[in-house]
Amino acid sequence: MPNPSDTLFKTLADPTRRAIFEQLCRKGEQTVGALTTQAGVSQPAVSKHLGVLKQAGLVRDRHEGRQTHYSAQLGALGPLIDWTSQMTGFWQSRFDHLEDLLKRMDQ
Amino acid sequence: MNTEATETLTVVVEREIPFPPEKIWRALTQPHLIEEWLMKSDFKPAVDHRFSFRADWGAVDCQVMAIEPNKTLSYTWAAHGLDSVVTWTLMPAGTGTLLRMEQSGFRPDQKQAFHGARFGWQKFFTGLEEVLARTD
Repeated sequence: MPNPSDTLFKTLADPTRRAIFEQLCRKGEQTVGALTTQAGVSQPAVSKHLGVLKQAGLVRDRHEGRQTHYSAQLGALGPLIDWTSQMTGFWQSRFDHLEDLLKRMDQ
Repeated sequence: MNTEATETLTVVVEREIPFPPEKIWRALTQPHLIEEWLMKSDFKPAVDHRFSFRADWGAVDCQVMAIEPNKTLSYTWAAHGLDSVVTWTLMPAGTGTLLRMEQSGFRPDQKQAFHGARFGWQKFFTGLEEVLARTD
């Protein structure tokens, strides 16, 4: 089972894929066709990227007739935000310990 | 403001400490002192030296990347499935020191992608903030 932040980093490290996700964040639900006109790559390529985004939980699809509509799932970004806040807390407390140590150390 | 810090996924902690850089440097580089404020380690101040930090919750695998005594120290930091680089910077400030810790995260196999897409990431996080500000 891959680490959730691992999957997120891998998924969003691709600039084209990230741009597609960004479009969905900005404009709300869209079809593959609409996303293709903005992505600058072919429709199969866009579909492939959407598949990877879906695997990572970053998008959700909804079928309506012959069309599939995609929407961004912002909640899936949690691990990215968690990583920064966890590490900030960790280093803040280490800085406190470091200051305590410096007070005890010889010059 | 360091541009790198705003262009990658980065944690920055900065603090003015009332001790000279030389003294802080010892605490950052001598294992018996490192252990007192950070974790147990087999750190050596030599570029490319591989070492680890050990705590009761697990270990962090590291490798020294750069050293400039009393000024800067950086090492890789691999833990919890995510690789990152920790960089310490010591700047004299009056009789004390401005100590800065910057941790930038990426996966090793994506170093290239991150490098090439740094601007993209910055734009992405700025865009994301805007989106989140609009969402209730």
